[in-house]
Amino acid sequence: MFTLYGERFASRLLLGTAQYPSPATLRQAVEASSAEIVTVSLRRESARARAGQGFWELIEQLGVRVLPNTAGCRTAKEAIATAEMARELFGTPWIKLEVIANDDTLQPELFGLVEAATILAAEGFQVLPYTTEDLSVAERLVGAGCAVLMPWAAPIGSARGLINRDGLRTLRAYFPDTALIIDAGIGAPSQAAEAMELGYDAVLLNTAVAKAADPVRMAAAFARAVEAGRLGFEAGLIEPRDMATPSTPVAGTPFFKIDRVS
Amino acid sequence: MRRCSLQILLNGEAVATDARTLDELCASLGFAGARVATAVNGSFIASNKRALTPLSPEDEVEIVAPRQGG
Repeated sequence: MFTLYGERFASRLLLGTAQYPSPATLRQAVEASSAEIVTVSLRRESARARAGQGFWELIEQLGVRVLPNTAGCRTAKEAIATAEMARELFGTPWIKLEVIANDDTLQPELFGLVEAATILAAEGFQVLPYTTEDLSVAERLVGAGCAVLMPWAAPIGSARGLINRDGLRTLRAYFPDTALIIDAGIGAPSQAAEAMELGYDAVLLNTAVAKAADPVRMAAAFARAVEAGRLGFEAGLIEPRDMATPSTPVAGTPFFKIDRVS
Repeated sequence: MRRCSLQILLNGEAVATDARTLDELCASLGFAGARVATAVNGSFIASNKRALTPLSPEDEVEIVAPRQGG
């Protein structure tokens, strides 16, 4: 179990709801993932198409917690207004706070992120900021009231995995009591397992499942990888070493001769 | 004949409306009771404040709804 803003969850996999080939596939993928939290967004609603109304019915049927995002916002002001609209629309104080710096990397705009997080936390939001592994920014965010940090593994949708593993290790060690969720850049179940083995509390992903050849099977694969990685972390990984050490007992080896030992 | 007195920007598109308030605008678009949220000129307007929010020429109105997200 892990805790987000006082609520406990059994699944450590959070799933995005975008880019699936069909609503039915989305529903099946969420079920196969065992995710208890899914991310959603808000977008302009057309009076004619009314796409949002149908999407909301689907989400309600899933019976999961929603984590609305501020995807696409470029400034703190945009992100704050979007968060306020999301709080009313989804009836939750949770906000996955994204302030985006540029189109090429979709990396967080960290100055705007800290500004928006500070204001939103003061307004009573429970902020889950999409950030980098930068320690000084993380300190500012925690200082602003964020009980959760969501560092990227790699640029959104890039599927590159943990490109700054050392930085993510340091962040984990530096904030032992803050919930840390890897958000973005995960492409394979093995990468999710690696994040969990580092001691991260959870993994949030979307594209790796939604754009897989078989999203439902991939959702199941990620569920197992996240669980395996967490179990491995809890069990205590052995330290890597440069040279070999025999696993089979040396004592009693047949044909053993002491002069062979260097 | 319907008289459209106000030019506004609705979800990024120029439109003419005879709605006097944000609430009337939402109703005229069939959004009364719909799951939508609103902002005017970059600031959030709560649903219970829409009737108290008059529209002015060139106002930039956003009406949003739940959508897929990552």
